[in-house]
Amino acid sequence: MADKKTLTFALMDAPFENARSTTALRLIDIAARRGYDINVFAYEGAVYLPFSHQAKHANAVHGHEVEEEDHPLPREWVSAVIAEAEKNGGKVDWVNCGLCVDERGAADSVDGVRRGTPGDFWNMASASDGTLVIPTK
Amino acid sequence: MKALNIIETAYRGTLEEQDDTIVWITHAMKGAGGDLSVLLRGNAVNYGVKAQNVGALSFGARQQKSAPQLAEDVAKLPGKGVEVFIVEEDLSERGIAAGDLVDGLTAVSRDQVPKLFDGFDQVWHW
Amino acid sequence: MANYLLIESRDPFDSNDVGQFYGLAAGLAREGHSVTLFLVQNGVLPARPSAHSAALADLRGAGIDVLADDFSLQERGIAADGLADGVAAAALDVVIDHMAGGSKTIWH
Repeated sequence: MADKKTLTFALMDAPFENARSTTALRLIDIAARRGYDINVFAYEGAVYLPFSHQAKHANAVHGHEVEEEDHPLPREWVSAVIAEAEKNGGKVDWVNCGLCVDERGAADSVDGVRRGTPGDFWNMASASDGTLVIPTK
Repeated sequence: MKALNIIETAYRGTLEEQDDTIVWITHAMKGAGGDLSVLLRGNAVNYGVKAQNVGALSFGARQQKSAPQLAEDVAKLPGKGVEVFIVEEDLSERGIAAGDLVDGLTAVSRDQVPKLFDGFDQVWHW
Repeated sequence: MANYLLIESRDPFDSNDVGQFYGLAAGLAREGHSVTLFLVQNGVLPARPSAHSAALADLRGAGIDVLADDFSLQERGIAADGLADGVAAAALDVVIDHMAGGSKTIWH
């Protein structure tokens, strides 16, 4: 692809706590649809975004059983953007900061996620057309 | 590539992490060969204050052994080749005098910050 | 001169630091850089004509493109055709365009 780009994102927020996680994945999804190569460095709470033990639940306040509620799971969104990038000729390299994983017990992730270090973020950013850090508050 | 790490939020999980996670990642990236500087602004200018002191923290019998030493962590950066800039107006608005700060920090005025960015390929606001 | 995309996710009703970020945008524009301010999440709240909207019009007057994420606007019931002076609705794709184009992209 002549106009293929490489973008890097650093994320910090755990899922389900604020709007930044969703906006980050919206951005990654746009890049994935374009077939870009996308690097994600998940730092601190963001290592929980691809956590494989996230589970749906019913919602009595909404009057929904599990299936009808279809509760969003960021791990599904992560898997979806990984697949979308591949479908369009790009790829997602999702790196969870290893020490952040250890302190949170967040080692179990969906496929396509690897463990890494801040050096990985530096190297990714150095080789990218653009880098965006989305900090937590 | 040269990057500027901007730190604005302060005391964000610093007791659990025993450091500031962005000061920490700056040290880590520098150690991995990165070329970085730091800009302390907003409440994070308080990280330069020498008198910071985390008191004894314990939960039941579980006592913290390795309390964060934020001023020291910041003060070590220039020696590693990471210049640390600090915004003057943010200090004065918070009643922090120059003598309250650790050595080695480079004061800049708020007006100078846009010009400061010129020297960096990447500007990361953490 | 460089291209800057400043992304403001916070709102001035909630955070004093937002004014500083708007000021940074203005300062970069005064230095001669091309600056776009992209409002997202609660950052779009002052895009509804309100107490804090004048600051956005001032930025537009300084030559800064002020855009508001259409998804965030709709989520908050802010009509895209009734925005405060100086603000235009835009798709989040703008951020990816800037990143891909090598703009210095800064999130607040």
